[in-house]
Amino acid sequence: MGVIKRFKKNFSDLFNKLFKKQNARIGIYGPPNAGKTTLANRILRDWTGDAMGSVSHIPHETRRARRREGVTIKTNSNSLTLDIIDTPGLATKIDFHEFMEQGMDETESKRRAKEATEGVIEAVKWLDNLDGVILVMDATEDPFTQVNVTVIGNMEARSLPLLIVANKVDLPESSPSTIRDAFPQHPMVAISALEGKNIDTFYEEIAKRFG
Amino acid sequence: MIMMQGFQMDLISERRLNEMTPVEKVRFIIDEVKEGKILVLEKGLSPEEEASLIEMTMTLIEPDGFSGIEMESYPSEVDTSFLGKILKRNITKSRLTVIGPADQLKTLKKDRNMISALISNYK
Ligand SMILES: Nc1nc2c(ncn2[C@@H]2O[C@H](COP(=O)(O)OP(=O)(O)OP(=O)(O)O)[C@@H](O)[C@H]2O)c(=O)[nH]1
Ligand SMILES: [Mg+2]
Repeated sequence: MGVIKRFKKNFSDLFNKLFKKQNARIGIYGPPNAGKTTLANRILRDWTGDAMGSVSHIPHETRRARRREGVTIKTNSNSLTLDIIDTPGLATKIDFHEFMEQGMDETESKRRAKEATEGVIEAVKWLDNLDGVILVMDATEDPFTQVNVTVIGNMEARSLPLLIVANKVDLPESSPSTIRDAFPQHPMVAISALEGKNIDTFYEEIAKRFG
Repeated sequence: MIMMQGFQMDLISERRLNEMTPVEKVRFIIDEVKEGKILVLEKGLSPEEEASLIEMTMTLIEPDGFSGIEMESYPSEVDTSFLGKILKRNITKSRLTVIGPADQLKTLKKDRNMISALISNYK
């Protein structure tokens, strides 16, 4: 290697260290309870050893977006480093009575409902700052919802990559094919975030879509 | 305008929607729905308008008051025409959208070709 070439190489290494290219920011989106945080926790556990946040059967458990920077995922074909954002579940309505039905008192339920509305706003705002989205759907539920349509539409309008996850396929009533039929123009992977079923295929798809 | 069981349902033409800016559209929809009306939009909203409608809805939710909206629309159709491809415009058409107050439009179900709404008398 010539002197100039070596100088150039050292310089570009230094440059990369000083002004490191930003990692791709990937948001995990979906309706409340779809399993977004369960999936985020699995990704972090598999590749970093820590966790993203708390999981609950009560909707709107996540009411603040959380970002984990620099998650390196290695697959057979590829290695990529991403920032993963776990977002609050998107909804078009929030009624505090639903929290009361889960056994919370009125004050607590109203506080949660308020936080949940703020969480939805935060999740919508994050759409402007992403490089791609993992859209998580509960495969036991009807996929034709406004939330799903809106997330997909926003990614298409920005020409950003999208990976649809049909989650909870460990449940016998799950129907990932309904999700595939609903949105045939986008890649879909059927997994159980809880049990880890098909998670390697999921990582391969991530590498393909966001790599 | 169709009156049914004391509910007002307004059908909004594509022409009327096209005359409004995105901000006006979102404001108009929210105002109508907060009054208890059910809207059928001939032409749907853009994805960005849908997102700001969700945001605006969230800011207006109040305990024992407005609890949000129920909304169903069809995904925009992907333009696979030659012109669409070279313009890299994936989205050209949005389709029929139904929007109403969440406490009255109890179930809004959709499949590929039909949106069905169940309107409830009870709040
Ligand atoms: N059976 C099954 N349950 C799952 C799976 N993934 C998540 N769950 C359960 O679904 C519920 C919701 O999971 P979360 O990860 O909190 O869902 P979320 O999408 O983050 O929900 P919000 O934060 O409220 O928007 C919890 O009870 C999870 O244990 C799965 O793959 N299979
Ligand atoms: Mg969560």
